[in-house]
Amino acid sequence: MIRLEDIGFAYPNSTRVLEGLDLLCDEGTRIGIVGANGSGKTTLLHIIMGLLRPTSGTVTLFGRQPSSEADFREARRRMGFVFQDADDQLFCPTVAEDVAFGPRNLGRSAKQAHEMVSRTLDMLGIEHLEKRVTYQLSGGEKRLVALATALAMEPEVLILDEPTAGLSEETSEQLLGILSRHISTSIIVSHDRSFLQRASDEVLLLEKGVLTETGMSEMGTWSRSRPPSPGDPL
Amino acid sequence: MHLEEFAEGHSIWHRMDPRIKILGLFSFAVVAALSNRISVQVFALLTAIVVLMSAGLNERKVASRMAVVNGFVLFLWLFLPFTTGGEPIAQLGWLVLTREGIVLSLSITMKANAIAAATIALLGTSTVFDLVHAMIHLRIPNLLVQLFFFCYRYISVIHLEYTRLRTGMKVRCFTPRSNIHTYRSLAYLMGMLFVRSYDRSERIYQAMVLRGFSGTFWTLDHFHMHRRDWIALVCMSLVILLMVVGQLAGGIP
Repeated sequence: MIRLEDIGFAYPNSTRVLEGLDLLCDEGTRIGIVGANGSGKTTLLHIIMGLLRPTSGTVTLFGRQPSSEADFREARRRMGFVFQDADDQLFCPTVAEDVAFGPRNLGRSAKQAHEMVSRTLDMLGIEHLEKRVTYQLSGGEKRLVALATALAMEPEVLILDEPTAGLSEETSEQLLGILSRHISTSIIVSHDRSFLQRASDEVLLLEKGVLTETGMSEMGTWSRSRPPSPGDPL
Repeated sequence: MHLEEFAEGHSIWHRMDPRIKILGLFSFAVVAALSNRISVQVFALLTAIVVLMSAGLNERKVASRMAVVNGFVLFLWLFLPFTTGGEPIAQLGWLVLTREGIVLSLSITMKANAIAAATIALLGTSTVFDLVHAMIHLRIPNLLVQLFFFCYRYISVIHLEYTRLRTGMKVRCFTPRSNIHTYRSLAYLMGMLFVRSYDRSERIYQAMVLRGFSGTFWTLDHFHMHRRDWIALVCMSLVILLMVVGQLAGGIP
C-alpha cells in the first residue's frame, strides 16, 4: 500500500534528515518506528502524507506515484493521520462536529456523517463526549477524539505520530485495545518501545536517515509462526 | 511567518542607530502628514524614494508592501474626487469630478507613499528587538512598547498555530470551495484561534508574573552613537527643517 524507495530529505539550511530510506507497508502489516528526538520520524510521516516532498526518491501510495497536490489529496482519502499534538487536529466547537468534518470532506451527507460520528465514538467508547466542547477536553480525551476524527474517514491505513505521549497508563491501554481490535494496517511512530512492541508486528529503528530492523518484536512474530521447541535460543 | 525580512542587509540604514531612525521617521511622518503644499509633499515623496532605494532591499518584496498601502489609497480615489466640493472639471452622469477632489486625492497618495516608503527603509531595516530597545531608551511609554513587542512576538505564534490547524484540515481532505461547509469550517478555525490565543496570552502573562514581571522591561545592551550616526542625525534634521521651511514660507504652492 505504501512504499518508499531511496527517500532523501533535507530541510532548507540544515543537514540531511533522511538519506536512502526504504519502507514498505503492505495491507495487514502494522509497523512501529522508534528513533531519537530529531531523527526524522515526524518528517517521514509527513512525507508519506504529502505534507512534505522528498528531495530525492520515490513515494508510491496504493500503486501510484503521486506527483501533484491533487494526487496526494486522492491518496489522503485512504490514509488516516493523527498528529502528535491533538490540538493541531481539533478546531471545531464540539466533538461531534470535529469528527463529522472528515466524512463531510469525503462528500458524505450530513445524515451519513452523523451516523459515522455515533459509530466511531461508540467504537472508541467515548460516546459520552459527543456534545462536549473540544477545547475543554482533557489531554487523554483530546487524543482519543483526534483518533476518532481520523477513524471516521474509514482509512485503509492508520498513521499515528507519538500516540502515547502524555497519556496515562490507563488511556494507553485503552488505545492499545482499540488499535488491536479495529486496525489491521498501521504505521506508528513512538518513543514508547513497550507500546510499539504490543501495537505492531515489526519495530524499525530510524537512525542516520535510514530504517533498520531492531528485532524487538521477534518474540511476537516467532511465537506466532511456530511453537517454541527445545533448543531455541531464549 | 518572517516579519523581519528587510532587517538583513548592510546598507547605511541597517547600520544606523535605531534611536535616530525612530526620531527621524517620527518627525518626517509628522511634517509630511501635516503639510498642505504640493511642493513639500513631492519633496517628501522623492526623499523617501531615494532613502528606500539606498537601503538595497528586495524590490519585489518592497513593491508588494507598497501595493498594500496603495490598495487603501485606491479606495480614496473611488470617492474623494467626486465627493469633495469645488470647481467642477468633468461630469460623468450624476457624478461631478472636482479639481479640489483630485488635488486632495493626489496629496493623500503622495503623503501615504512617502511615509510608507520611509517606514520600510528606516524601521524595516532594524530588527524588532532593536526597535523595542530603542523605544525604551527614547522613554516611549512602557505600555506602548509592550503592546508593540507582544503584537510582534505573538503574531508569528498565532500564525504558526493557524498553519498547523490548516495542515490538520488538509490531511482530513479539506479543500476550500464556496459552500456552507467551507465557510463554517473556516469560521470555526478563526474562532478556535481567538480562544487559544486568549488563553495563551493569559498563560504567558502568568509565567511572566511568576518571574517577577511588574511592567518594566530591563535592557541588557546599550546603543552607542558613532560618528556616522551623528552625521545622519544632522542630515535628517536638515531635511526635515527644509520641509518645515517649505511649508511655512510663501511662494510656490
